[in-house]
Amino acid sequence: MNAMYDLGDLWLFLTGKLGELLAWLGVPFAGVVAFVIEKSVYAGALLVFISLTALWMIWMERKVSAHMQLRYGPMWTGGWHGWSQTIADMIKLLLKEDVIPEKADRWVHRLAPIVIFVPSLIGFLVIPFEKNLIGADLDVGILLIFGFSSIAVLSIFMGGWSSNNKYSLMGGLRSAAQMVSYEIPLVLSVLGVIMTVGSLKMSEIVNAQAGGWFLFSPHLFGFILYIVAGTAEVNRTPFDIPEAESELVSGYNTEYSGLKYGFFMLSEFTNTFIISAVAATFFMGGWLAPKWLPLPGIVVFLLKTYLIVYLLMWFRWTFPRLRVDRLMDFGWKVLLPLSFLNIFIAGIWVLLKK
Amino acid sequence: MKENPIITTDNCAEFEEMTLNMGPQHPSTHGVFHLLLKMNGETITYARPDIGYLHRGMEKLAEKRTYQANIAMSDRWDYIAAMSNNFAAVLGPEKLMKVQVPKRAEYIRVIMAELNRIASHLIFFGTYGIDIGAFTPFFYAFRDREKILDLFESVSGARLTFNYFRIGGVAQDLPADFIANTKEFIRFFRPKLKEYDTLLSQNVIFRDRTVGVGAVSAEEAVNWAWSGPNLRGSGVNFDIRKDDTYSVYSEFDFAVPTGANGDCWDRYMVRMKEMYESTVIIEQALAKIPEGEIMAKVPRVIKPPAGEIYIRIEAPKGDLGVYLISDGSVNPYRMKVRGPSFVNVAILQKILKGWKIADVVAVLGSLDIVLGEVDR
Repeated sequence: MNAMYDLGDLWLFLTGKLGELLAWLGVPFAGVVAFVIEKSVYAGALLVFISLTALWMIWMERKVSAHMQLRYGPMWTGGWHGWSQTIADMIKLLLKEDVIPEKADRWVHRLAPIVIFVPSLIGFLVIPFEKNLIGADLDVGILLIFGFSSIAVLSIFMGGWSSNNKYSLMGGLRSAAQMVSYEIPLVLSVLGVIMTVGSLKMSEIVNAQAGGWFLFSPHLFGFILYIVAGTAEVNRTPFDIPEAESELVSGYNTEYSGLKYGFFMLSEFTNTFIISAVAATFFMGGWLAPKWLPLPGIVVFLLKTYLIVYLLMWFRWTFPRLRVDRLMDFGWKVLLPLSFLNIFIAGIWVLLKK
Repeated sequence: MKENPIITTDNCAEFEEMTLNMGPQHPSTHGVFHLLLKMNGETITYARPDIGYLHRGMEKLAEKRTYQANIAMSDRWDYIAAMSNNFAAVLGPEKLMKVQVPKRAEYIRVIMAELNRIASHLIFFGTYGIDIGAFTPFFYAFRDREKILDLFESVSGARLTFNYFRIGGVAQDLPADFIANTKEFIRFFRPKLKEYDTLLSQNVIFRDRTVGVGAVSAEEAVNWAWSGPNLRGSGVNFDIRKDDTYSVYSEFDFAVPTGANGDCWDRYMVRMKEMYESTVIIEQALAKIPEGEIMAKVPRVIKPPAGEIYIRIEAPKGDLGVYLISDGSVNPYRMKVRGPSFVNVAILQKILKGWKIADVVAVLGSLDIVLGEVDR
């Protein structure tokens, strides 16, 4: 890979120079200060990236759904294909009255959107956008993502409970049941890859795929399971029963308005991005691109991620919704045994490769 | 897996019932329809349909209006199948006055009623997709319904409330290109029916949601006075167009699709097949339509002789009946409308018990009610 192209190398170069500069200036604890500055800048850049991702994905969802439904989608706002539609949406959400139902549990009601949004931000920390472009390349990388994404269920339940609305309550109860039961196959489905690589570290998982994507190996089975469980984990159709517009009006976020609703919506998209990014990392070789493709690693990574995002959007606009008890049946009686089978297959694969 | 579990005090020692008012403002009650549900968790233990939010006093209003004005009123009963309502509104006075409607007008009426049946079933198809959670079929249905509305616009000038039928005929003759356009539409529409099947009907999740859900036996369906596609979905082969024929329906050769189990899937499929049969009828009518008058000789002031009459037609939703009492004046003395949606919706209190809240939407959607007709 060409160093000129790589954003990660540039980042490494700049942070290295920053350390040298601070040392040269004689700043006390130069190493610590450089570390703090580096991570703060990265975190800031990540926040900007997340906002832009959410904006882009909302627009993309509108466009993808519109084209599947023989519509144009937004065409006017901003001129070219309604590119600024989501910005207008966000401004609208900002200007909306922030309604808290009279009988609501006010603090829990206020807290819920924050509780759902923060974990999805933390998930971004360990996503390997590129070699050297990982917020924190932790040894427990993937575990951190799954661990924090399970907090989302708490928030949805908080939102559903505190709204003092029967539809919200049922949405909250449903999501508690659904997300807890789909978390298990989700984690088990990536276990095959982890067994092969022997590490939970995101960068090592990507590097292990230098010889070929895990998608084109027996891990394909794990990939399919992961996509199914992942769709359920982010509550998108056909598993969007916590929201279930035609039954529960809007489920747990029925009573939310304005920016708080915006946070729920935003986190749905960031969670979708994280699920897709993990799929790209685990099964599609992350930032790795063929030698003949002179693209920066981050672009390759984003392309792969958005391929999965598109897949999830495709699901959403073509499938009907499962019923809640059938969903649980499917999770426990089909998906869970299959993910055990997946581990078995992966185990044989690991043995054979030795 | 698909049985209808019955909750008794034995198998559920202690539970608190939750009362949920589904509607009148709810995205999938198809209008202002209120369903009072009592639930144990997600399972329905008690259901009561509550209607009347869209009551406009149509029957009382009819007593103060002339027979012609009542045709315009009839557009608003079942506002997505206004042609069929027109049909029911004109048949009564015509029979009382013993008007001989010209053949051409009869054919035009049949074509319009069948086109309207397709349009009405298309709305059912689209909204039922949304009820089950698939949004996309809705847009496909409306794309094709638009073409039917264009045809209606070309003959009547309106796209929803047509006011096209007259006592003794129809308002205007067909425009010159109508027959060609309708043939073109049928050519366009028939492949679309297969598209709908691939899009929704054969979807695994859709079948999982509808097969076996909300089953109504043939006996039950008859006892609850069901009619139309709902009745035929339960396996009763009864179609007024065949069994109590009116207008020129006896001259056409078409099949009456029926279901087997009377579940949501059967009711859905009956409607999908009926759309095809409607195209068959329209095709025959277009081929055989005679030239001639479109209006019988009727007096300017319609004053049917005193007497009473009950007529019924096969509307898209079912058996649409009109009971008319004339006292010999220009206004009907009484005009009772038997709306099929009104009769079909009553069974909800019986069949919803034991199903989940998601099934409530599936069953309600499969009945294909229009609140304008339920409440009138």
